[in-house]
Amino acid sequence: MPGVKFTVLESRCVPLPVENIDTDQIIPARYLTTTSRKGLGKHLFHDWRYDKNGEPVKEFVLNNPVYSGSILVAGKNFGCGSSREHAVWALYDYGFRAVISSFFADIFKNNALNNGLLPVMIPEENLRNLFMLIQQHPDMKVIIDLGHQLLEIPKTGKAIRFDINPWKKECLLNGMDDIDYLLTMKEKIEEFEKKHIIP
Amino acid sequence: MVKKTLFDKIWDAHLVQSIDGGPDVLYIDMHYIHEVTSPQAFNSLRERGIGVFRPERTLATADHNIPTKDQHLPIKDQTSRKQVDTLAENCRAFGIEFFGMQHPNNGIVHIIGPELGYTRPGMTIVCGDSHTSTHGAFGAIAFGIGTSEVEMVLASQCILQYRPRRMRITVNGKTGKAVTAKDIILYIISRLSSGGATGYFVEYAGEAIENLSMEGRMTICNMSIEMGARGGLIAPDDVTFRYLEDIEKSGGRKITTAEREFWKTLHTDTGARFDREVKFDAADIRPMITYGTNPGMAMPVDGTIPEPGNDGNRDSYMKSLSYMGFKPGMKLEGHKIDYVFLGSCTNGRIEDFRAFASVIKGRKKSPEVTALIVPGSKRVEKQIYDEGLDSIFTEAGFEIRQPGCSSCLAMNEDKIPAGKYAVSTSNRNFEGRQGPGSRTILASPLTAAACAITGKITNPEEFL
Repeated sequence: MPGVKFTVLESRCVPLPVENIDTDQIIPARYLTTTSRKGLGKHLFHDWRYDKNGEPVKEFVLNNPVYSGSILVAGKNFGCGSSREHAVWALYDYGFRAVISSFFADIFKNNALNNGLLPVMIPEENLRNLFMLIQQHPDMKVIIDLGHQLLEIPKTGKAIRFDINPWKKECLLNGMDDIDYLLTMKEKIEEFEKKHIIP
Repeated sequence: MVKKTLFDKIWDAHLVQSIDGGPDVLYIDMHYIHEVTSPQAFNSLRERGIGVFRPERTLATADHNIPTKDQHLPIKDQTSRKQVDTLAENCRAFGIEFFGMQHPNNGIVHIIGPELGYTRPGMTIVCGDSHTSTHGAFGAIAFGIGTSEVEMVLASQCILQYRPRRMRITVNGKTGKAVTAKDIILYIISRLSSGGATGYFVEYAGEAIENLSMEGRMTICNMSIEMGARGGLIAPDDVTFRYLEDIEKSGGRKITTAEREFWKTLHTDTGARFDREVKFDAADIRPMITYGTNPGMAMPVDGTIPEPGNDGNRDSYMKSLSYMGFKPGMKLEGHKIDYVFLGSCTNGRIEDFRAFASVIKGRKKSPEVTALIVPGSKRVEKQIYDEGLDSIFTEAGFEIRQPGCSSCLAMNEDKIPAGKYAVSTSNRNFEGRQGPGSRTILASPLTAAACAITGKITNPEEFL
């Protein structure tokens, strides 16, 4: 998929304070038979969001009108399990553009960065405070500034710095993608193959 | 000379370029693909108007969504059939070898790669599936990737990756007789937690690992991802070389002299530094089961479910136990179960069927239990019949199905109903993993077999 741009995002937050949310919860396997990247948002968190008759589960945060926004805030080790990029596509298709957590699983993080969904990793204590703030002020907005690597919380006047690898940061700021880069490397790769030991 | 870990030796031998302040461009020797995570990558190649750079380095199979009965008929589920047909068409269009549902080489991607001799020591291997770490058992760097990365590899045979940190997990000593590779890895994950190895690539070492067969080593490496590791590998040795020689003898890929010389260099140098070292004693490991909804929530089969910690994790822990219908302080031994699943890329190899058969031989399946017995590949299936294991299964009341991922992720119709307990030899006990509302208890083939006989959670030690 061609690169997607991400610079600054200002939005309300949707809190999901559960740890170890695996990609089977984000999108159950039975919705993976698609051959497209689109249309997966309606299945996002399906088995938490709908009961067995397909009715919305009132208590689940996506069905709670108090909360909305394009930033999901989730517990530690978000996106563990399967490598399915469908998890990222479902979050993006639903309308999320960033996920804040204290820890992300590796493959999920790469998949997110490759699709313009920004994983924002902040310390556990900050995450807990953020959950509390969102609960107290559901209409509060936060600002994610990728260029300055800052999560700004105007409500408290605080800003939390987050890490991102410099390569992906550049890619997202400029809407570039890894494949564009690799395609410029063809000669170098062919040269490598000539001396490579493994047939 | 610089002392290097096995991981670094292989990584460095595949480095096309290091981008200043950025990731490495890593050359990929072997790329496996399947129907679920590849169609969107091929679509993007078409949109960009580019082809597959090295089609001979990609191999395709259909495994995730296919039925495990009546494979001679077209797939009933229309979207699943379309997905498999799309893979066949993409392979045809881009010149990629494809083992479809009826091909004698078909099977789960992580079973067929090794058994057909495509997976070799010293390789870099990727696949759009997190259990790609399986192939690390041969002393290879193997890891799961997303679809955007599948597209990268199709387009350039390379991938942009940051070098992960290195961890060595050493399991010293000998295991007890009912303790299998599955118990070893469940034990390790329970000690390190489901996110405890995130950011690391693991090398497994020590006597208990060296004593394992290739099948057992694959089970260990397979579940590396369940503690968050990028992958896991084991230095190749005579066990590895014999496995590859057997493939050669049965008409498979030849081993060249240069290859054999290269393989001998594939070990961690004495004195090489790991970012983290963890040591376990094999004598502490018992047959293991899980009690929660991630593989880190595991305990000995006769153990007691631990109380929650005080680290803020309490709500998630209790939510998990409540999903399973369990409580802290409960013992699970003797708890009634409804389903047993033998199969998956974790435990769907011939050795797993032999182990299961050794327990059920001369006994009868509990009438309370529904069993799903699913070989990992057509070759494993054939071997089951060639060795006469099928009659042991049939006489004990078990039916052998056809190969596929099946109930491990329940993309096909092999689903566990809501609320039912399944003792499963697969790799994930996530909520709903085996069907909406299903409750999974992960275990070894020996434990699963013992449970299938009694209809209850049972210590396999009693059956050996």
